[in-house]
Amino acid sequence: MSYSVLAVLAVVGVLVVDLAVYRTRMVTRRVFWAAYAIVVVFQLLMNGVLTGLDVVTYDPDAIWGPRIAYAPVEDLLFGFAMVTLTLASWAAVNRRANTARRRGFDTDTRPSRTR
Amino acid sequence: MGHLTYLALLAGCLVATAPLELVLRVRVYARWRRLLLAVLPEFVVFVVWVLYAIAQGHWDYSDERTLGVRLPGGIPVEEVLFFLVVPVCAVLALEAVRKVTGWDAGYPVPPGDSPGSIAATDERGADRGAESGPGTSEADR
Repeated sequence: MSYSVLAVLAVVGVLVVDLAVYRTRMVTRRVFWAAYAIVVVFQLLMNGVLTGLDVVTYDPDAIWGPRIAYAPVEDLLFGFAMVTLTLASWAAVNRRANTARRRGFDTDTRPSRTR
Repeated sequence: MGHLTYLALLAGCLVATAPLELVLRVRVYARWRRLLLAVLPEFVVFVVWVLYAIAQGHWDYSDERTLGVRLPGGIPVEEVLFFLVVPVCAVLALEAVRKVTGWDAGYPVPPGDSPGSIAATDERGADRGAESGPGTSEADR
């Protein structure tokens, strides 16, 4: 599979995780998009340096071709998947821990139910 | 900067976001166990992805702009650190936005962390956090 295909699959995958697995629904929240807007600016900066200075180089056959700030557009999908998976996991971990604490359970000893 | 280019970028990320923890007191590093747990799925998935990408030749790394230390599978040590540093910065950004705006992130706000309490965080006023909070925190579960 090419980088392009994997990048699209990754975005679909994290949306499924966020909406159906964790059910954290981060992509429906203002706070997520505001944070993502900040992160993506820094991503373009950092990625621009990484690709502009040829720290990372890409096989032309593995990408679509268009670039933003030196980096293949696929990197935006890669970054979105990475940030979304992280923030949804963070929300899931905190939801469980804070809810347990509020109910008077000890966070560390509460058996974890995976869903 | 030569070999330190990639490493310096990562360090820059940590330095640039440090004030969020130290000044805004978002308590992300303070909740380091949760942070590790939250970063784990991302770390596993993306390291596996990079190993596959390297094996397939989708991309490669400069040995002049990295330390040149390659871990098994040909992944540079900086790239492994990338998948720890960047998610931590993303969590810091999320918590900073949440703290400043008070917008709901889908989980209960920890005691003493309600949006109105930013100015009062230095007080550390016992357990009064229970009744505060934005009011939306438990609405959607």
